[in-house]
Amino acid sequence: MANDVAVLGVGMHPWGKWGKPFVEYGVAAARSALDDAGISWRDVEFIAGGETIRNGYAGYVAGATFAQALGWTGVPVATTYAACAAGATAIDIARTRILAGLCDVALVVGADTTPKGFLAPTWGDNPSDPDWRRFRLLGATNPTYFALYARRRMELCGATEEDFARVKVKNSKHGLNNPNARYKKEYTVDEVLTSPMVSDPLRLLQICATSDGGAAVVLASMEYAKRHGVADPVRVSAVSTVTPTFPNTVIEMPNFSTDSAATVAQPELGFRDAIAAAAYEQAGLGPEDLSVAEVYDLSSALELDWYENIGLCKAGEAEKLIRDGDTTIGGRIPVNPSGGLACFGEAVPAQAIAQVCELVWQLRGQAEGRQVEGANVGLSINQGLFGHGSSVIVTR
Amino acid sequence: MTVPAIDGWFTDSALLGTRCGSCGSYFFPPERAFCRNPACGSAELEETELSSTGKVWSFSVNHYDAPAPFTGKAPYAVVAVELTEEQIVVLGQLSATSDPSALKIGDEVSLVVEELSEGSEEVVWKWRTT
Repeated sequence: MANDVAVLGVGMHPWGKWGKPFVEYGVAAARSALDDAGISWRDVEFIAGGETIRNGYAGYVAGATFAQALGWTGVPVATTYAACAAGATAIDIARTRILAGLCDVALVVGADTTPKGFLAPTWGDNPSDPDWRRFRLLGATNPTYFALYARRRMELCGATEEDFARVKVKNSKHGLNNPNARYKKEYTVDEVLTSPMVSDPLRLLQICATSDGGAAVVLASMEYAKRHGVADPVRVSAVSTVTPTFPNTVIEMPNFSTDSAATVAQPELGFRDAIAAAAYEQAGLGPEDLSVAEVYDLSSALELDWYENIGLCKAGEAEKLIRDGDTTIGGRIPVNPSGGLACFGEAVPAQAIAQVCELVWQLRGQAEGRQVEGANVGLSINQGLFGHGSSVIVTR
Repeated sequence: MTVPAIDGWFTDSALLGTRCGSCGSYFFPPERAFCRNPACGSAELEETELSSTGKVWSFSVNHYDAPAPFTGKAPYAVVAVELTEEQIVVLGQLSATSDPSALKIGDEVSLVVEELSEGSEEVVWKWRTT
């Protein structure tokens, strides 16, 4: 496709709670991706960083922070912030510069160091911040919103707590052999269902943790890849960064309400559906072409929503997919072979990049111990706070 | 003496939203500057009381305290309520007087103004089962 760019290299720093500065994870991931690409940092013509908001000023200007740590080379820089979608927007700006002919090879890096427990408002005692207000007035933690969707799914689609547990069980098995995963322990449905209730109906083992970690990709023009001796690289064929369409009628973090549909009809596609639709349209592909997907399982219940949003099944049929093992490695369409957020926890600006790293390893046949056989089209998807779509399609 | 936990969002008996004088869209929290309907964008936004009853769209009972600035204690419930006329879903805590274990999606609830958390001087809107 005319709008493809090559993925020359991918790299990660393992997820965990290491307590080191985020810069170290980012630089480790970047060096690993550069090694994988077989190029030097001095060859890089553009760097894009995913911003972290919990690590002071250095995090706000993450792109420059990584560039300085790698050694100033004069390379042009951009830093993007889009909450959980920050990594995808960083990938998109790098890809766009390559496609515009402004550079041939770009490095994209995201990394985070996270505090323990619930993510809390970042900017201190600031009543003008909507994020502050939802904690103050409602006590609406992130898992509260995940729980609203989960209960809705139980009501409308007949999902059970066991179905949500099955997602965790599957992902815990997938992640066992992933060297970058934080949690490498296989769980049973029983263990999940006896873990502490956090935000009813979601239990501790059905909600993703916050983690430290770093991920990086090296992108290049197809011409550059060819000159570099890579004739058949994994390609980025689509990046979707769409916003919702008014009226957005699903309550979303950190909002107090939906848009009103009193005078304007609801859009044909809801926000999450629209994120996937835009990616498919760009790539000229459809759900039937997918071999593997990495979806954002902030909660195990949310993974089931994503099955429908990316068109693996019709609305209300995701429970059947998980019950039948369709989304397990070896099944019809494996989802989260990396182990997903269930095994990683979330390192916000790194996570969307990590999803792409996993898909690239899958398409190269290098996902040892978790390989989806013959994978040639992969899709990642997630959604950032305040209306940020994030989906990447890679092909080979 | 009680004070609202946030100014201009509710009265003693209703949520305060705004309605666009041009296209009719409702907004909560009140949008004061411009209508957010992309086909409109009018600056004629009028304050209006929203319906004080609605139907439960979904809810969750939290078993751990939320971090500061939350001042309440678990368990507490958060309810998403669908207002029919405005076609909007609004969040709120469940009233301390309602039993979350009896709550179901589709139940009718009504607005009440209560203390933000036990012993607080601040008050906030909550939803109560009817």
